[in-house]
Amino acid sequence: MSTSLTEETQVTEAGVSTRLSSLDTLESEAIHIIREVVAEFEKPALLFSGGKDSVVMLHLATKAFWPGKVPFPVLHVDTGHNFPEVIAFRDRTVERLGLKLVVGSVQEFIDRGELAERADGTRNPLQTVPLLDAIQQNKFDAVFGGGRRDEDKARAKERILSLRDEFGQWDPRNQRPELWNLYNGRHTVGQHVRAFPISNWTELDIWRYIERENIELPGLYYAHQREVFARDGMWRAVGEVSQPREGEEVITKTVRYRTVGDMSCTGAVESNAFTVSDVVVEVAASTLTERGATRADDRISEAAMEDRKKDGYF
Amino acid sequence: MTTISEIPAGSINEALPTTLFRFATAGSVDDGKSTLVGRLLHDSKAILADQLDAVARTSADRGFGGDKGGIDLALLTDGLRAEREQGITIDVAYRYFATDRRSFILADCPGHVQYTKNTVTGASTADAVVVLIDARKGVLEQTRRHLSVLQLLRVAHVIVAVNKIDLVDFSESVFRDIEADVQQVGRELGLGADGISDLLVIPVSALDGDNVVDRSERTPWYTGPALLEVLETLPAADELESHLESFRFPVQLVIRPQGALAPDAVAAGLDVEAYRDYRAYAGQITEGSVKVGDQVSVLTPGQAPRTTTVVGIDFAGASLAEAAAPQSVAIRLADEFDVARGDTIAAAGTVREASADLYAALCWLSPKPLREGQKVLVKHGTRTVQAMVRSVSGKLDLATFKLEGASNLELNDIGHAQLRLAAPLPLENYLHHRRTGAFLVIDPLDGNTLAAGLVKDHPGDHEDERYSI
Ligand SMILES: Nc1nc2c(ncn2[C@@H]2O[C@H](COP(=O)(O)OP(=O)(O)OP(=O)(O)O)[C@@H](O)[C@H]2O)c(=O)[nH]1
Ligand SMILES: [Mg+2]
Repeated sequence: MSTSLTEETQVTEAGVSTRLSSLDTLESEAIHIIREVVAEFEKPALLFSGGKDSVVMLHLATKAFWPGKVPFPVLHVDTGHNFPEVIAFRDRTVERLGLKLVVGSVQEFIDRGELAERADGTRNPLQTVPLLDAIQQNKFDAVFGGGRRDEDKARAKERILSLRDEFGQWDPRNQRPELWNLYNGRHTVGQHVRAFPISNWTELDIWRYIERENIELPGLYYAHQREVFARDGMWRAVGEVSQPREGEEVITKTVRYRTVGDMSCTGAVESNAFTVSDVVVEVAASTLTERGATRADDRISEAAMEDRKKDGYF
Repeated sequence: MTTISEIPAGSINEALPTTLFRFATAGSVDDGKSTLVGRLLHDSKAILADQLDAVARTSADRGFGGDKGGIDLALLTDGLRAEREQGITIDVAYRYFATDRRSFILADCPGHVQYTKNTVTGASTADAVVVLIDARKGVLEQTRRHLSVLQLLRVAHVIVAVNKIDLVDFSESVFRDIEADVQQVGRELGLGADGISDLLVIPVSALDGDNVVDRSERTPWYTGPALLEVLETLPAADELESHLESFRFPVQLVIRPQGALAPDAVAAGLDVEAYRDYRAYAGQITEGSVKVGDQVSVLTPGQAPRTTTVVGIDFAGASLAEAAAPQSVAIRLADEFDVARGDTIAAAGTVREASADLYAALCWLSPKPLREGQKVLVKHGTRTVQAMVRSVSGKLDLATFKLEGASNLELNDIGHAQLRLAAPLPLENYLHHRRTGAFLVIDPLDGNTLAAGLVKDHPGDHEDERYSI
């Protein structure tokens, strides 16, 4: 053992003053994870939907490899029920960063008869099959996801590196121990790993980071005027796949989205948060979680997310 | 209808930036860990209306609290279906809350002995661990097991919460007896004796909230702080560990774009010519700090350390004059050495040579036992090597906290072993270097993690006798 080291612990002035802010600590942790996965896996990909979490994750990846290019493709599982402005944003971002985009299409699976449209018309739960197919076809051995542990109680249980079996399934009762920041990504042929670099971020952290880093997002995250109707206690946008039924009155409201997903089951919230700093204030004061407020599919049952994740969902 | 309205003025914490503090729970099954975590989240207003509604509904459906009613706060973290059905915690739940002083990452760990591996997971990254004890039961074997794991990991702060104090009529004598037992265990284990750890014992009722966020009037004989006060003021592990000499930087990968520059950086005006030969070593500083101009050693296993100078510390387009743990950066060096993933950059002259003989304390986390002669993988820093178990030299007896002779280690055993590595690693004593002193033992067959490993000095090498584990 070296003798020049201080063996007594002491809190020096310098030590205290150099502590990183919580956002910097989270950023640093995420970049460490992204670099570990790139170093240890043959063929990673990053799930990119144009939603705020995946945008932040991609931003972190650009920082991790600067001045080099982000060294992996992005993967979008397209429900076909998209907000057009989100798809436009996705394509612009891919172009700007010179990335390769792989798309897994729910619509194609439905057209081929390999997936059946659900009675309620929502397609979020249908994403699992095209996702696993894209992973297999492209031989991705690691997939970055923008899942955050504060989103849902099943996600709160997931490791940063989470092993999936040949069927893409997650076994929450039998997760590997994850010690210190030593991530064990070993897997056998057919298995793959999901990596969640922003596991420890909250919705508020995401928004503070977007504000601090000046990150561009699809416009629907900010307050805007939109034709909406009320269903299941949420405001639904009028669009191709989301039409009011009899008795559902269409009105124009000032709304924004807290999550973007399948247009047919993602609700808007009334909001006057026109800028990112407005949103930070609004999220800090919010009394509902983002999923509780905006995702009809997560209201189905208490374990809706756990069940989907076990089957291979994000 | 979903609306977000009426933002109360001044509700947002303006005292940014806050720092991060990580803590975990531990203790025997049903001691009230999840309830305590739920209480902390609830009383610090971290639970949103829809979450509370869902939990209240489930509690009512199950008849929680009998006629009295109430909500089962444990449901806030016991998020898996099996956990709710069995009323126990199986795996760690990570939750988040913030006070004016700090942002907390909270890991609610299981108490059941079968899931000890998950509790070790939660504790390995914690700045502090709160160990719960049921006031009616006192110190149990599982309490002793968890406390020895915490001592093994050298968790910076261990706090003991004597819970369910409401069920013993807020009795001071019950509390004092348990407190004395805990201090005794602490002394036997060396907890609190090494100047890093300290042991604080608090009477609480997780169910009712006594001494959790606010001090309780029902325990007038207790004059110490409430749990949250303690958590808000303890120094985080990296504050305790920041000493300048010990700069350590395991290289994760080499950034060498060779012309494949990021299009957005080029569009923003990056000088393509100037970056044509760019070469930097990316990683996270695990300890200490580094400045441009510092002398550093590059440690490549199997080679003598090479000394050079830091000429640049880059982070996403910014040039930093200095950086400290736990920052992720990219470091440029004066000499064009061949540096790769698995190498370590360290403050010059502060590291001993890499070694292929590994003396370690192990916390065995797999149902497959460890046997002498077994082949395993060792993951240390950014390097994974093959290894052979030469000998097991003892395991901890939870009744006496003494090491007793053993030739194998079984699930949840803590023991000592010697391993022979296929390639030398820059091993450092865990007591002084948390990150470069830690490693994983991995099963080469299925890739599963078998044990948490902590590097010890060679036996006889002026090892401090106080540390039995
Ligand atoms: N009266 C009383 N009951 C409590 C208190 N804290 C917890 N309980 C009850 O003790 C039981 C176990 O609580 P949990 O919080 O699930 O215990 P746990 O330590 O998380 O259990 P595991 O995670 O499975 O080890 C539940 O019925 C709680 O309501 C307390 O302070 N007073
Ligand atoms: Mg529990």
